[in-house]
Amino acid sequence: MGELLVKNKAVVVPGEDIAQGMDFVPGKGTYRDGEKIIAAGVGLVNMVGRTINLIHLSGKYMPKIGDVIIGQIVDISLFGWRVDTNSAYPAMLSMKDATSSYIEKGADLTQYFNFGDYIVTKIIKVTGQKLVDITMKGPGLKKLKSGRIIKVNPNKVPRIIGKQGSMVSMIKDATKCRIIVGQNGLVWVEGQIENELMAVKTIQKIAKESHITGLTDIIKEYLEGVAK
Amino acid sequence: MKRSDGRNMDELRPIEAKAGFIKRADGSACFKIGNTIAYAAVYGPKNLYPKFLQDPAKGILRCSYNMMPFSGSGERVRPGSSRRSREISMVTEKAFMPVINLDEFPNSVVDVFIELPQTDAGTRCAGICAAAMALADAGISMKDLISAVAIGNINGELVVDLSKEEEDIEDAVDIPIAIIPRTGEISLLQMDGKISKEKIPEAIALAKKACKQIYKIQKEALKKRYEVEVK
Repeated sequence: MGELLVKNKAVVVPGEDIAQGMDFVPGKGTYRDGEKIIAAGVGLVNMVGRTINLIHLSGKYMPKIGDVIIGQIVDISLFGWRVDTNSAYPAMLSMKDATSSYIEKGADLTQYFNFGDYIVTKIIKVTGQKLVDITMKGPGLKKLKSGRIIKVNPNKVPRIIGKQGSMVSMIKDATKCRIIVGQNGLVWVEGQIENELMAVKTIQKIAKESHITGLTDIIKEYLEGVAK
Repeated sequence: MKRSDGRNMDELRPIEAKAGFIKRADGSACFKIGNTIAYAAVYGPKNLYPKFLQDPAKGILRCSYNMMPFSGSGERVRPGSSRRSREISMVTEKAFMPVINLDEFPNSVVDVFIELPQTDAGTRCAGICAAAMALADAGISMKDLISAVAIGNINGELVVDLSKEEEDIEDAVDIPIAIIPRTGEISLLQMDGKISKEKIPEAIALAKKACKQIYKIQKEALKKRYEVEVK
């Protein structure tokens, strides 16, 4: 019979034994050595059924299929655009995925996306060599024309969004800002200038205090306090 | 018998460790052992240029070891890379190879910078200990941390964690050893001086024991950094 050697939701470091016994399954961020399951990084232990996962607390973004991210155009080639994804791997936006309108041969591609433009985009393909393809075709995918972009720790993005987007919609309602949270840790905020700053402050507060239990209530109080 | 600074033969110098204190780095750590101080900063994984250096099968780890000009106790250390610092950078890199899961970030690079503002023997070991914590702090996937310590042989007796004073004794032998704490495997073993064949296993056993203590300190420092956030 297997047993957990640390508490669920405890902080573990690389090489630390998490569980003993064959009835547990190593998941994301853990590995098995003999009877034991061991952490392969710093993180929180998260049991899902019999699987032991690690919730990472630090580290760079890794591109994943289906993620909606905010990227910046860094290069234009013959076939499309190269986009910085705030990770080790730039993404390719090919012409056919960029727009539904017809692009004539030899057309000036900067009229669609220029250097330095920020875009909300979706990852459609990641190869084993981490070549990333993205698309602009889909609901909510667009070029960002105004507002501001802030960077947060990408590991905290799930907390900023909240369950079914509860956290982010709370901030949206309280600050009357438009907010898009990219999975890669880039957040776009647009609204009146004071509201924008307030939203930015709130988001940074969430990123800082992300793993406190009852965070939603704390942020709710915080937002109400600032509004008064 | 006691040593010149009053320590027992198998006693480490006082250690202080802290993780995550360089704000702009992806991961960082400070490791003090006696009068030796090592700072480590980790950046990446990030895109690697020039492109021909990229490895499509696995990521690349680059370490840089640097003693600051004012760090020594004697003459000014000439700044810039030297034969010695390049060697130590290389062995540090190799010491981490068995634990880092490089295949998780192909075509990219992780940079580790180890800086020593104050040195008093055992710098490569302190650097490795700091780098291990910094890599973990940067969220790099790794099987285990690495702990390292220097074992010495002074006047025929094995001692743990040499100080500069002891290192300078005539015929002193210096054996830096890095251990993977969980399995007890060796990932770095160098030697400066002459020692009998029989004493090597003894030295390694001593190092394993000392590294267990170091590992505990590294682990606690890392947990302390993140438990503040979690609470």
